[in-house]
Amino acid sequence: MSRIEGVLQTLKGQGRKALIPFITAGDPHPDQTVSLMHSMVDAGVDIIELGVPFSDPMADGPVIQLACERALKHGTSLRRVLAMVSEFRETNNTTPVVLMGYLNPIEAMGYDAFADAAVQAGVDGILTVDLPPEEAGDVAPLFSRRGLDPIFLLAPTTTDERIRAIADHSSGYVYYVSFNGVTGAAKINVDDVAAKVAHIHELTALPVGVGFGIRDAKTAAAVGQVSDGVIVGSVLVDTIARNQADIEELKRALTDLLTPMREALDRIKP
Amino acid sequence: MSVKLTEEMLAALPDARGHFGAFGGRFVSETLMDSLMTLEKEYLRLKKDPEFQATFDKDLADYVGRPSPLYFAERLTRETGGAQIWLKREDLNHTGAHKVNNTIGQVLLASFLGKKRIIAETGAGQHGVATATVCARLGLDCHVFMGAEDVQRQSLNVYRMKLLGAHVHAVESGSRTLKDAMNEAMRDWVTNVDDTFYIIGTVAGPHPYPLLVRDFQSVIGREAREQSLEKTGKLPDALVACVGGGSNALGLFYPFLTDESVQLYGVEAGGLGLESGDHAAPLCAGRPGVLHGNRTYLMEDENGQIASTHSVSAGLDYPGVGPEHSWLKDIGRANYVSVTDEEALDAFRMLTQVEGIMPALETSHAVAYAVKLAATMDKDQMVVINISGRGDKDIHTIAQLDGIEL
Ligand SMILES: Cc1ncc(COP(=O)(O)O)c(C=O)c1O
Repeated sequence: MSRIEGVLQTLKGQGRKALIPFITAGDPHPDQTVSLMHSMVDAGVDIIELGVPFSDPMADGPVIQLACERALKHGTSLRRVLAMVSEFRETNNTTPVVLMGYLNPIEAMGYDAFADAAVQAGVDGILTVDLPPEEAGDVAPLFSRRGLDPIFLLAPTTTDERIRAIADHSSGYVYYVSFNGVTGAAKINVDDVAAKVAHIHELTALPVGVGFGIRDAKTAAAVGQVSDGVIVGSVLVDTIARNQADIEELKRALTDLLTPMREALDRIKP
Repeated sequence: MSVKLTEEMLAALPDARGHFGAFGGRFVSETLMDSLMTLEKEYLRLKKDPEFQATFDKDLADYVGRPSPLYFAERLTRETGGAQIWLKREDLNHTGAHKVNNTIGQVLLASFLGKKRIIAETGAGQHGVATATVCARLGLDCHVFMGAEDVQRQSLNVYRMKLLGAHVHAVESGSRTLKDAMNEAMRDWVTNVDDTFYIIGTVAGPHPYPLLVRDFQSVIGREAREQSLEKTGKLPDALVACVGGGSNALGLFYPFLTDESVQLYGVEAGGLGLESGDHAAPLCAGRPGVLHGNRTYLMEDENGQIASTHSVSAGLDYPGVGPEHSWLKDIGRANYVSVTDEEALDAFRMLTQVEGIMPALETSHAVAYAVKLAATMDKDQMVVINISGRGDKDIHTIAQLDGIEL
């Protein structure tokens, strides 16, 4: 069983929901990412999605675009992100880490070399925004064979046929994008999400995490009610942008955001 | 290493998933997949629909003014002292460039799909103008994304688009040029996918765009082939076209791909010179990667980050290229070369002064290479240059380089 499956199964047994933060690796500075990761674990998160910065983040809104720019300015390459995960693993062997990003940095490194290095570093899952399962035929098995979970997106526009096919290519969890749009937009409609996620649960046994548009404890709780976990991104990245100067202040601000979400998720009745 | 292409081989490309050999494909976020698959299905149906084709042909004739002439540049030929130089006059199309062939086709697709809101990216502004034009004609809501730097250097086209009723969105992110405009158009499309049709301006992007843009632009090569046989009794020996995303080049080349005797030259923007790194020549100096929905030659750093590009010509200032060109390069069917900013500017002046035809700065790259090429060829040979657009839009840039305030 992968580390991701283990964590999600334990949570399920406890009747709890996964809190999954997303931050861009290397933002505000590559030297600070690992410490932010530990601090989020202390605030009660279950899985960490670590964004690999890319020069052309087509699926992201302005908040994460700027985070990519800050990270790249300080030389955050894919190799450097892997080194961050290795460092995180020196003292944390339990919290799964998912790398989320775009295909080209992986392609440039080489798929086998990347997959080997990711396993070596202690990465658990790979989510590549611009790699739909149709193009992942050669890539996903490289990950699976090494025990890395390939995680794919589902969207409001995804047909039933595709939901089944995508679930077949996935392990760990599937990531449901709550609305048509880029990260950071404020468009979430909880009723729509509830209906679609209930439907996804009928089509696959995999846990469903929901991301895009979750900004606070209230939306986290509403979405947690109908899913297996919530993914929180832009609001954290925005907090990083506003507290770049002082890392201790930044950690406190992230904790202040995550703690009420954790508490709200844990109040959901099984 | 060149292979002989046959009609059967060409008919099989792209394959069902949009691949040209190792290139192309559909690398987009999940939200767009359903729309792209619907577009592909509808396009493959309409491609065979006589009514759709008849409407397309009629619009090209009566609205665009096709066929465009194949003109013998007698004085340029004499000055060059080599092969006969012929010009395929896409600059004479309505709106002044080849771009409109494609927007006529895609807006027709949009109508068949019932989409009322149109988005487009643009570099030089020619594709933006061509999109705004067809939207004005059909009364469609039109949004054009343009890098903030290009808004500056192509201000005339920005104003043209506004006069045509389009909304022009200046894109401030990244390098503030064409690639960033395309990123922003993709973001808009993901957000408004239910009611919006994205008219991509070149043979790039996710499948089926490289296919359908190539099909719409192939009218250039079909006409050139026929006109060449009619006027000279033979096929040209060489075709030369500039390559940004590659739509005017592929439109000219495609109907000649199985004619082995015809040499194909795609001319990329060499900027300050390939050695300088400041250029936009992925086929000459890049390597394969994935950007904007397809696998193709790209300009990128060793970590897979997309490199910033430079060209005096906004329409060539793009780090990628259409996937079918990447395939044609790798199988050795087409040659890809580059000319510098300076050579292109010289060619602009030369064609203007020798033939009274003012080419776009994009097109000037093709002219610069073709003149060099023709000089090495025999007098009974024939070179066709795709004059992809007219240069009015670039007069500000030229004047500025001359230190003249207009
Ligand atoms: C006149 C002209 N030629 C060429 C191009 C480059 O595009 P493509 O390579 O797709 O023909 C442009 C793009 O703006 C253009 O305006």
